[in-house]
Amino acid sequence: MAEARTVRDEILAAVPSLRAFAISLSGHVDQADDLVQETLYRALAHIDSFQPGTNMPAWLFTILRNLFRSDYRKRRREIEDADGKYAESLKSHPEQEGKVEFEELRAALQKLPSDQREALILVGASGFSYEEAAKICGCAVGTIKSRVNRARARLAELLSIEDAAEFGPDHKTRAVLSTGARR
Amino acid sequence: MQTDVIQRKGRVRLGRDIQGKIGQQLRAMYDDVVKEGVPDRFADLLRKLDERKDKDAG
Repeated sequence: MAEARTVRDEILAAVPSLRAFAISLSGHVDQADDLVQETLYRALAHIDSFQPGTNMPAWLFTILRNLFRSDYRKRRREIEDADGKYAESLKSHPEQEGKVEFEELRAALQKLPSDQREALILVGASGFSYEEAAKICGCAVGTIKSRVNRARARLAELLSIEDAAEFGPDHKTRAVLSTGARR
Repeated sequence: MQTDVIQRKGRVRLGRDIQGKIGQQLRAMYDDVVKEGVPDRFADLLRKLDERKDKDAG
């Protein structure tokens, strides 16, 4: 009985991070929470396959990630108006509307292929090591590294086009000067 | 490792500075959700499933 309480507490403790992962992956809060719920159901149904003392968050993330992928493949068949649906999900969570600062980042994230997106979030935000992320995604460490690098490069491209103006004329001047040949 | 400014296909791609900024933004966005804690929906769900388990075991 006491053991069951500890497992539930461990699972509860992982929920905030699971939600953050799910929301960053899917881009839609409601969809993400449904995903988390399904993850919890599945985790408890298969709790015997979890080895006590091992990495519970990683185990839960693996379940969620697999659910997302099978769900994602189904949804890809639907024509999804990303802007429209995301705007809808914002309406149901008005507190998210204030976070305009992340809007660009969220939109850019959704433009990444899902395997790059998940790798980037696991390593860059969830705090997993490359090895842990590789286990969660069921691939080699090298694959995770290249996905993360590609995701970062792509995000930099997507976001720097808007950000370039913020950096001011100095950077642009330096840029032009550094390439001489282009002039 | 990387020069600060890389020219590629006519577009300026800023290196280290913007990578750091992106990483910061990503973590800030992520942590914003983590700060929301555990919505009742999930706490309730786990409690209900636990109660059901106890009932079955009893």
